[in-house]
Amino acid sequence: MSTREAPSDAVRIDPHTKTKTTGHEWDGIEELDTPLPRWWVVTFYATILWSIGYFLAYPALPTLSGGTQGLIGWHSRASVARDMEQLTEIRGPVLERLANAPLEEIEARPQLLSAVRALGAAAFANNCAGCHGAGAQGAKGYPNLNDDDWLWGGKLSDIRRTIEHGVRWDADKDTRTETMPAFGRDGMLDAEQISLVADQVRAMAALPGGRATAQGAKLYDDNCSVCHGVGGKGNHDMGAPNLTDALWLFGSDKDTIVGRIANGGGGVMPAWGDRLDEPTIKALAIYVHTLGGGE
Amino acid sequence: MTTSADMGKAKSGSLYAPRKAIYPRRVEGQFRRIKWGLLAFTLAVYYLLPFLRWDRGPNAPAQAVLVDFPHRRFYFFFIEIWPQEVYYLTGLLILAALILFLMNALAGRVWCGYLCPQTVWTDLYLAAERWIEGDARERARKDAGPRTAKIWREKIAKHALWLAIAWWTGGAWVLYFADAPTLVYELATFQPGISEAYVWIGILAFTTYMLAGHMREQVCLYMCPWPRIQAALTDEYALNVTYRYDRGDPRMSLKQASALRSAGAPAGDCVDCGQCVAVCPTGVDIRNGASLGCVQCGLCIDACDAVMAKIGRSARLIAYDTQMNCERRHRGEAPIYKPLRARTIVYAALIVAIGGLMSAKLATRDDARLSVLHDRNPLAVALADGGVRNAYTIRFANMNAEPRRFLLEMSGIDDAELEIVGVEPDAEGRMIVGVGPDQTREARALVTLRGGRKAKGQTPILFTSKDVESGASVAMRDVFVIP
Ligand code: SF4
Ligand code: SF4
Repeated sequence: MSTREAPSDAVRIDPHTKTKTTGHEWDGIEELDTPLPRWWVVTFYATILWSIGYFLAYPALPTLSGGTQGLIGWHSRASVARDMEQLTEIRGPVLERLANAPLEEIEARPQLLSAVRALGAAAFANNCAGCHGAGAQGAKGYPNLNDDDWLWGGKLSDIRRTIEHGVRWDADKDTRTETMPAFGRDGMLDAEQISLVADQVRAMAALPGGRATAQGAKLYDDNCSVCHGVGGKGNHDMGAPNLTDALWLFGSDKDTIVGRIANGGGGVMPAWGDRLDEPTIKALAIYVHTLGGGE
Repeated sequence: MTTSADMGKAKSGSLYAPRKAIYPRRVEGQFRRIKWGLLAFTLAVYYLLPFLRWDRGPNAPAQAVLVDFPHRRFYFFFIEIWPQEVYYLTGLLILAALILFLMNALAGRVWCGYLCPQTVWTDLYLAAERWIEGDARERARKDAGPRTAKIWREKIAKHALWLAIAWWTGGAWVLYFADAPTLVYELATFQPGISEAYVWIGILAFTTYMLAGHMREQVCLYMCPWPRIQAALTDEYALNVTYRYDRGDPRMSLKQASALRSAGAPAGDCVDCGQCVAVCPTGVDIRNGASLGCVQCGLCIDACDAVMAKIGRSARLIAYDTQMNCERRHRGEAPIYKPLRARTIVYAALIVAIGGLMSAKLATRDDARLSVLHDRNPLAVALADGGVRNAYTIRFANMNAEPRRFLLEMSGIDDAELEIVGVEPDAEGRMIVGVGPDQTREARALVTLRGGRKAKGQTPILFTSKDVESGASVAMRDVFVIP
């Protein structure tokens, strides 16, 4: 490359334009020292002045004790609080309609429904997605809320109650408390018997490898049918899962089922009644109900 | 190209050059008349269009051109654009760019000289200035001399008039965003609750006043990117305002020239009177050749034509012509004009194609829409009986001024059930959704395939929304996922 910078004594007046050159020259092309228009320069200095004013007016420099406060007292927290207030004001009419509408009727009102679903979706993302997943698709031990299998019932009122009081959440006196006994750990059934019951249950669900036996059927009737029903169809009142369908909260292989029978127990869900306000709980119930159409 | 020489000189070593005042002289002639005509036309359109009414029935505004932000609609005469149709805007911008390219390929910066808002408002401001303070020479004399009371009065009157024009300019702008007569009434009677309108009028009034009143040619020379871009787009066949040096040079006085001519020797036509420079709004001496500063307004043509008429030479010593033709004539060759060139043909074809495509799309567009969004998380849900369900967010749009009812149907996958959350099927099991006038309605649709083992993969399905009354239907494709 033949690029080079000429020494500064090459500064001269360009004969064509009669303008000073900067003394820079590249491949025979010289740079004119054309000044900027005044308004441009003034604007440039004005932006610098503006930035200084801005710097003084608003919180700017971090210091050891937290940072400069700015002269006009503006604070991002106060600003957020104002925005939140505004939001509440905007949402006011919808929240009011939500509060006044009976839960069962909201889904039939298209405009209210879409607003309530949006509210519910936001509340779900903030509070529920941690366990049930962002799309409420669930995970092992955490129910999928899009399907048609409901441990505690999938009617609006059931869903609402579950959200409000939780499941096996001791801090709430109205929580759901029914729990599967630990048949193995508490010595109610021995290992042989548990294996037979597991085989029996897997046969009821028509899982491949399931094996029904007279002994297994008797053990099931004596120990399990109280909650899960004689045919294994489950019971919403007790949160007892349907054992004959294709959905298994903790898994359907034999080891998992043996483990569940031996150790009992069940999942826990917090009660949200004391943390979320009434409209939010309503919105959440509607949202969850519309995911898979509820029951 | 001449550049800085035309644009004001600084003391050497200074960082900036103060604006060199330009006092363009009044001129009359063909191009000036064209400019007045276009000025009157464009300003009339801009200031009056919001008041044009257009009957759209009881549920839509009656303003011919309206940007309705609160309801997210754009009305343009018989066209109503919804937010999901912003591609029309994209198309318009592409069209505008292509038209600019075509104008440029044909005649350089003519847009700048005749239609650019900066030119139009500057022209208007100059006219106001001339009306109050007099023409170029008078203004230059007043500015150079002492400030008398009369001069102060004139200056105040001028700025007041400028500000009034600026205020109207900003005011007309906000009228495109609300019902114009109502807003005019509200503005005139200082109704509360329209502070936003005042802010916008203020901003636009200020920019108009600054750009058209105080910065003028500086906008064209320093701020506008178009001259840089067009310099790269133009070619040697584009017509530009050109001093025909082949005919004008050597320059000499009228007396010298007639002496030479009577002696049978050739003489240049230019009498070096400087009229072409005196009328130029950007202070260009076009005789120096093509210039970044020239906006192709043609006023120097008018000025020189007047001179030529006076000295009895033929007109158009300065004309829309090409540098190339000057050189050709100078060499004794015939000039060439080629408006049909590869680039002009391509631009014109593209304009026709895109314009045609947009009009065709506009003419055949439906007044109802359907959009379908598949739930992504989860894509599919396993059911208790071994079946599979997919969920979709469906949006019906009724772009009509009447409420309508749509029947939703789904096809493509055998035996699947369709339900819409919150919609009860009618007696025949049909899912009918009512949508208000000019509204959309969102619904959640569940498609369920019951029981048994299913082949994995995706099956294409089709949602159809049919207007119950007219039977017109729109369809959207999607898929059904089996995990
Ligand atoms: S040189 Fe002529 S055409 Fe160009 S801006 Fe000046 S008056 Fe207009
Ligand atoms: S107006 Fe015409 S004659 Fe006068 S200086 Fe310009 S080009 Fe020459």
